[in-house]
Order: sequence, then C-alpha cells, then structure tokens
Amino acid sequence: MPPTSAPDNGTVTTIRRAVAGGDRSAVDICQAYLDRIAAADGQLNAMTTVLGDDALARADEIDRHREEWRDRPLLGVPLTVKDVICTRGLPTTAASRILNGFRPPYHATVVTRLLDAGAVVIGKTNCDEFAMGSSTEHSAYGPSRNPWAPDRTPGGSSGGAAVAVAARFAPASIASDTGGSIRQPAALCGVVGLKPTYGRVSRYGLLAFASSLDQIGPITLTVDDAATLLGVMAGRDPCDATSVDEPANIFLDPVRGEVRGVRVGVPRAVLDSGVDIEVEKSFKECLRVLTEHGAELVDVELPHASYAIPVYYLVAPAEASSNLARYDGVRYGFRAAVSDDLAPNVAAMYDRTRDEGFGTEVKRRIMLGTYALSAGYYDAYYVQAQRVRSLIRRDYDVAFSERGIDVIAMPTTPTPAFRLGEHTDDPLAMYLGDVFTVSANLTGLPAISLPGGLTTARLPVGFQLVGRPFDEATLFSLGDAFEHTVPWWWEHPPLGE
Amino acid sequence: MSKRLTKVEVEQIAALAHLELTTDETELFTRQLGAILEYAERLQEVDTDDITSTWNPSDIQSPLRRDDVRASLPSEDALSNAPDATVRGPAFFRVPKVIG
Repeated sequence: MPPTSAPDNGTVTTIRRAVAGGDRSAVDICQAYLDRIAAADGQLNAMTTVLGDDALARADEIDRHREEWRDRPLLGVPLTVKDVICTRGLPTTAASRILNGFRPPYHATVVTRLLDAGAVVIGKTNCDEFAMGSSTEHSAYGPSRNPWAPDRTPGGSSGGAAVAVAARFAPASIASDTGGSIRQPAALCGVVGLKPTYGRVSRYGLLAFASSLDQIGPITLTVDDAATLLGVMAGRDPCDATSVDEPANIFLDPVRGEVRGVRVGVPRAVLDSGVDIEVEKSFKECLRVLTEHGAELVDVELPHASYAIPVYYLVAPAEASSNLARYDGVRYGFRAAVSDDLAPNVAAMYDRTRDEGFGTEVKRRIMLGTYALSAGYYDAYYVQAQRVRSLIRRDYDVAFSERGIDVIAMPTTPTPAFRLGEHTDDPLAMYLGDVFTVSANLTGLPAISLPGGLTTARLPVGFQLVGRPFDEATLFSLGDAFEHTVPWWWEHPPLGE
Repeated sequence: MSKRLTKVEVEQIAALAHLELTTDETELFTRQLGAILEYAERLQEVDTDDITSTWNPSDIQSPLRRDDVRASLPSEDALSNAPDATVRGPAFFRVPKVIG
C-alpha cells in the first residue's frame, strides 16, 4: 500500500504546521517515513535501529494531545538521532562492536529537549565508529551509501544522518561534528548541516570523542529548519559545564533572509590547496549569487589554515585516547573471553576486549593520541598543536574584528563524494579531505554547509559559511536568502519514484 | 623529531593504551602512524614562543553550579549494561582476578 501522504519535500516547519493545525495526524506522517525507510534502507544502510512501534506509539500520543501541545515547536516531527547520542532504553552503539547491546539508562539532554518539543524519534543513524572517519566506512554495521550514487560514500562520520535527510527517511537528523562530521556528509548528500558554536548545545549524553571539539547540531532540508532545531536544543545545561547561557529562543522564529550589506570574507589562498575543478566552479557560482544580491566580497588571509589538519589530527586523537579509556569491558557493552587463559586476569581482559571491540580506525587514533600525550613527545606534538591552534583562531579573530567580516565562505569539501573503498587503505589521504571543516572545531566557531549545486555527474557540492562566535543568526539569514535564490536547492536524489 | 616510528615503540604505545594488538596490526600501525607523524612534523616550523595553548575554544568561563546533593542513577540501572554484575545483596561489577 502506498503511503497515504508522500513525505518527499516535507520539512520540519510544514510538518509541524500540518500536525498542529489538524490537517494530518502525526501517526500518518510517521508511517509515511517508516515506509520510506523500509523501501530504501536495504540499499542505503543509513539506519542502525528503526523504531517502528515505539515511534508510532509516540506519534499516537502526540495526536491525542494535539490541542494541549499545539504550541510545541516540533509537534509530530519525525527525527533520526545519530547513534553516538544516548537514547534511554534504546540501542546506542556508536557503530562499534564494543557497545554491542548497550542501552543507556538516560537520554542525552538534546533528546530530552527534542521530545519535550514534540518530536518523534524514528531511529538511530549509522556513522563511523565513535564518529571517527569521513566516509561511514569505519562502521561495525557496514558503510552507508550515497543516495545520489550508491557506489559512493555519503561522507562521515554522520553519513547515515545525512542520507536519512537526503533520502527523505526523516525531515531532519540530529548528529555530532568534531572535525566536519555534520557538514561534510551534508555537503556530499546535498542537504543543510550546521555545527553550532562550541558551548551552544549541551553534549551531555553524547559519547565523547574529543571534548574540546565535539558539538551537536542538525542536518535538514532548509535553513529555517536548522534554526528551529538549534532553538530547541540550545542553552545552558547543568550537566555539561561547557554549555553556556546564550539566548537562543530567537531561532524558533522564522528566519528572515538578508544578503544586502553582508561582508563575506573569501580566503582565496585556501583554494589553492588541491580543490576539484567542479567544486571550485560551484564555489565561484555561489559567491556570484551572493554578490548579485548585495553581499560584499572581501579577500581575507588565514595564514595558518594549512596547519589545521596536522593540529586536528594530534589534538582530536589525544582527547579520544583519554575519552575512550572508559571502554574496558567492565561497565557496559562487549567483554572478550579470557577464561581459556592459563592465568586469566583483569588486565588481559581489558587489553583483549579493547582489541576485539574497537575497529581499526579507532585503534589507530587511540594509538596516535597515546603517542602524542606520552612522556617525551607531549611538548613537541600535543602542546605545539594546541599553540598553533591559538594562531588559527587568531587568524579568524583578525578577519572578524579588524577587517569587519561577517562570515567567511569556503567550500565544505575539496571534492564531491568519493567512491567507497577509495581511501580506506590510506588514512592520511582520508584525513586531508577534512581541510575545510576542522578549523571551525579548532576555533569553536559556528559553521553551516549549504547545498552549493551539482557537478556534471549530478553529485552534490557544499558551500560553507563560518560565522562569529554565537552568531549563528547571520549564517541563517544569509543561508535562507541563498536558499530562496539558487535554482538547485530542491534538486534531490532518485527517491524510487 | 623526524625519526620514523619503530615497531618496539608501537608495542609500547599499545601497552600504554591497553590494546592487545595482533602482529598484523602492529606492522600496519608502525607504517601508518609513522606517515601521519611525519606529516605532522610541519607544525615544528611554526614559531609559537609567545603563544599560549588553546585548551578550550570557548571565550566564556564555565559558570559553577551549586554543590547540591541530587538523586543519582539507581545502582540497578548503573549495573544494567554490565557484562557481569551482581544486583542481589550488595550491588557490584564482577571482573576477572585483579592480583596474582
């Protein structure tokens, strides 16, 4: 039986309006998306868990409370949640064998806030193990596939989350971004991805990867939807000491697009570093659209930008090696058998559990981080990386304060989606693909990836804007105007029509 | 700093990281981590003499909360995901022998 209402271009805003106004039931909408998942996820592998009955029961609860809850900003909106974010009583695997069977006893703060706002969680999405990767190929559940070209990666680490939105499994996904993990897959799948300012959104209940870099954010079809989800999730949380009390309610109001007078910084030199010719062409076209509508382009220099990758790939693994020490087979998840050993002891159990439980990329990063933090190398690698990190941030501060730049524009990725398997034997080549995304995490600045058009082979390309601290509003305003101007915004992958 | 990583060093790091690597993994990581560290060598060319480290990208000081006594996770819930635990009587995690 075909779904009673096609979910193809439903957005957070239109679904909420339809449910609150009584035009459609939350159950009907939820079922339509579950049908899409059932029809297409066998090929795309975006989901690690699909919550059929639970989601429908929740949707029914919303229908029964429709009058009472009608002002809730996500009333009846189906969402997916990346599988590194804790959902009480539901599997939360980090796409890792080591968390096989883990069901957290509590919700992440963002999940509580989304549910309080009326959302329906319909599933958990696939990702690189513990969010470490740029292709979703480092998942214990196998890679997700790009709906625009199933022999290609959707990107990562939040590949499943981006696929879920691009393939209309849900109008929005919640994911995490430590070095580009929201923006890069959003770019490669042709949807919107936002990494908020560090401190904007609570990470309580996010399985920690690199605590000075991790941030939770939305993947959506429209800029206005990204703003709405940020408005719901943002704000101080006593359970995350890095979360701050910055006003965020304004994001719940409709975004008003504005380009005129915005000063857009363009780091031209950054583009010299091996950018695909079609990505460069699309980037120039996006800039042309902005100037045509009144933005002012200003050349900026980011002299330390070329150090962002080596800084990131020392800082992030160092923090990861510490954060992942907790997975030892004692408190949750997988434990390796040592009973056959001559003298089974707890140390042997730890070591074997971690070797059998973690995948290769996670072990590679734990090793790299342990090395960078070890005696004799700590100053040369880790401390030096943290100092260069300060210089990277200073470059942005100079652009924003001394040059009066409002946002800095860059491609999101140097290439469109690559083929599955293309980089799996060469981790350094995979890391270099993060050249345009890691700086926003190192500096803590907010950044959004917008659909920047399609290549001649119909592969999506991302257009990235990086803003001042806590100035997501300018990203939304500029992004919304862009959305309503460019002709390619609603281009979508084949949806099995 | 530009020396290549040795297999012995990789084994020492694995011990620090509590990873019982296979022989194949040790060889793979010796090669790959060496290449990554060699790439990271370029950070040494940056003059950072007067530069402080960025440990936390936030400009805002984290406010302290009051040190109030609050309810915590019931031990039954905390133990519910353990591979081996006892919940009857005194609740605890069970692990293989620690000493000896």
